[in-house]
Amino acid sequence: MKKDLISITDFSKEEYLKIMELAKEFEENPNQDLLKGKVVASLFFEPSTRTRLSFETAISRLGGRIVGFADPDSSSATKGETLHDTIKMVSNYADIIVMRHPLEGAARYAAEVSDVPVINAGDGANQHPTQTLLDLYSILKTQGRLDNLNIFMVGDLKYGRTVHSLLQAMSEFENPIFNFIAPSILQMPKAYKLHLEQKGMKYFEHELFTDIISEADIIYMTRVQKERFSDPIEYEKVKDVYILKNEMLENTKPNVRILHPLPRVNEISTDVDANDKAYYFTQALNGIYTRQAIISHIMNLK
Amino acid sequence: MANDQKKKLKLKVSAIKEGTVIDHIPAKSLFKVITILGLDKIENQITFGTNLESGKLGAKAIIKVSNKFFENDEINKIALIAPHAKLNIIRDYVVVEKKVVEIPKTILGIVKCFNPKCITNNEYVNTCFKVVNSEPIELKCRYCEKITIENQIRMV
Repeated sequence: MKKDLISITDFSKEEYLKIMELAKEFEENPNQDLLKGKVVASLFFEPSTRTRLSFETAISRLGGRIVGFADPDSSSATKGETLHDTIKMVSNYADIIVMRHPLEGAARYAAEVSDVPVINAGDGANQHPTQTLLDLYSILKTQGRLDNLNIFMVGDLKYGRTVHSLLQAMSEFENPIFNFIAPSILQMPKAYKLHLEQKGMKYFEHELFTDIISEADIIYMTRVQKERFSDPIEYEKVKDVYILKNEMLENTKPNVRILHPLPRVNEISTDVDANDKAYYFTQALNGIYTRQAIISHIMNLK
Repeated sequence: MANDQKKKLKLKVSAIKEGTVIDHIPAKSLFKVITILGLDKIENQITFGTNLESGKLGAKAIIKVSNKFFENDEINKIALIAPHAKLNIIRDYVVVEKKVVEIPKTILGIVKCFNPKCITNNEYVNTCFKVVNSEPIELKCRYCEKITIENQIRMV
């Protein structure tokens, strides 16, 4: 049976750990011709330069060839072709499909239609599992472990798919503590809090972004977007509250690292970039190794 | 009292010789039940009554289908909109078996996902839900992974 990666919950804890191990191998030795002679379809029904370049770099370092499109205007979707037909056709051409789509659930559907493995590179606000795995790898690399960590999530926790998936993945490990810092209307949805409660895991909710971060091992920043507020006054009230500035890091633990899925707008001041605790650019680089690991695992190359 | 009510009901909707009586359908769901079971497309004799008095449901409906005996899979489809429905299987005017409906573990192609950005609402895809909670009903979409709750349920 073919393997797909559509949702972070498709993988078991053992698979997460295998991906981590493989990612480490690729970091030590990035150029390995495991995909030689293979064709990878890279289908971006919605533009995402960062994710696409990361995947295409990973594929290139594995020696694979890439076919596909970078934005929907140059695809047959503009002529009215259904996702079903595009995937049916491409799965006859390629050995694996990487796809990004604006509609939620599009990746799961594509995986059902396709005879070859599908990797979800983001389906609307739903899932972006390769981001989660690179987050896990970044956490493991900087902390040396995935158990017993105090994770602070900051910003838009209501709509942010990256924090939802990261929460799900981290809850597979021992004793995580979660701290959610967000304006009241963008707090972590009930379903995720319930998930933690059912597992007997601790979480705390805060509205103020203060020195409570001195407890943190990981600070995961996300952007508070104006579009999320129906009342512009509400946005004006909170827009500068969830910005991380360098001086706020003074009393934080030496091992703390700042993660961000990028792109950043203003939620992390540029003066943080030079701090050794800033990790977001290295985090993005880790994405290459993690995606090499995911492709190798899914195609049974390693 | 219960017997009196039963008598009254019998007067309102005539008895059948062979077939199935589906009782305790919420009155507002009657026509949906008819559609889901495909009763609008069969040739059997069907009588139904609606807006009948019911202590439990407020207003209830009842359907009597002659010469029709449902499979469990078939009848459980109505559990989402008529969770308290009861079936009486009739042979020669006598109730030979009583059944209740059970909410299935997965719901295939009956309910629409409430999420407008779900692929199932934008392309021809059969819906599929996992029942994650039955009281109140919560359905998790196989595709977009969002939860559709009881008052958001719409039929395909």
